[in-house]
Amino acid sequence: MKLKELESCLQQVDAFDEPKILLEQYPTSPHIAACMLYTIQCTFDDIEGKLVADLGCGCGVLSIGAAMLDAGLCVGFDIDNDALNIFKRNAEEFEISNVDLVQCDLCSLEPDAYAKKFDTVIMNPPFGTKHNQGMDMKFLRAALTMAKTTVYSLHKTSTREHIQKKANDWGVKMEVIAELRYDLPASYKFHKKKSVDIQVDFLRFSKA
Amino acid sequence: MKLLTHNMLTSHVKGVTKGYPLLIKATEVKVNDVEFNPQFVSRMIPKLEWSALIQAAEELGHRQDLPEELLPEYEKNEEFLKRVHRVLLEVEVIEGCLKCPESGREFPISRGIPNMLLNEDEV
Repeated sequence: MKLKELESCLQQVDAFDEPKILLEQYPTSPHIAACMLYTIQCTFDDIEGKLVADLGCGCGVLSIGAAMLDAGLCVGFDIDNDALNIFKRNAEEFEISNVDLVQCDLCSLEPDAYAKKFDTVIMNPPFGTKHNQGMDMKFLRAALTMAKTTVYSLHKTSTREHIQKKANDWGVKMEVIAELRYDLPASYKFHKKKSVDIQVDFLRFSKA
Repeated sequence: MKLLTHNMLTSHVKGVTKGYPLLIKATEVKVNDVEFNPQFVSRMIPKLEWSALIQAAEELGHRQDLPEELLPEYEKNEEFLKRVHRVLLEVEVIEGCLKCPESGREFPISRGIPNMLLNEDEV
């Protein structure tokens, strides 16, 4: 499948009806999702025939894209029932059968839950701003436990140094694959501007 | 919920030491077609808790004659891999619940999604 095809398919994926501030439910744009997944598969061969987990999957744009790139199975994890129901509807509309869903709280997982069960973990976690300080790192910690080899994630560029330090502490290799401009549409009332670009790093973590 | 996913799920209710495997009480089960990828299935087999898979398949009435013990050289046995594929990926629990073997706590499954969220006093 070509990148353009993937992106145009992902444009058909429905996003949140009413995003929840506390959960930082910002959708991943079809463009960013397609570029991420295409790189993960074409450069690193980490999707096709793999057991993939998508943490904080929301309405499922990354999972559905991974399924289209022939993941063996992609399991989406999210705390929010409304988002999971939209995910389910999306998967049904695309007639995708190599995805599955689990409703759970990734921030209160046991330290060894799902240890090394997944070949690859992909995610666009909450950025950990406002009421959610540290949420991004909790997701990353969970992802690194669940993955046997590799984690792909999006983080604010302003937190790069902090994450690099943590990665060193945890004995994981971190690479910046791309710097993105994440166009955040004004989803919530407290956003004064129509949309705002934030600098985001597309990171790859690999375990030795 | 597919049985490959079920094979990874554990109950972490406070005080429980062995919340695995979760018993399945299904009221609706469906079998969906999923593309067969023999390499993927053979790669998953050694990572599975085989006895938990057999028990789950049995509970759902979809055991496909799978043996208690894993066959030697299964990776060359396409017919066997197809049956494992069916059990792992095609059989799905749509409605029902998962029961913690130790505490008896039930986790509901609705529209195919198991809800593993715990209440505050269970964490």
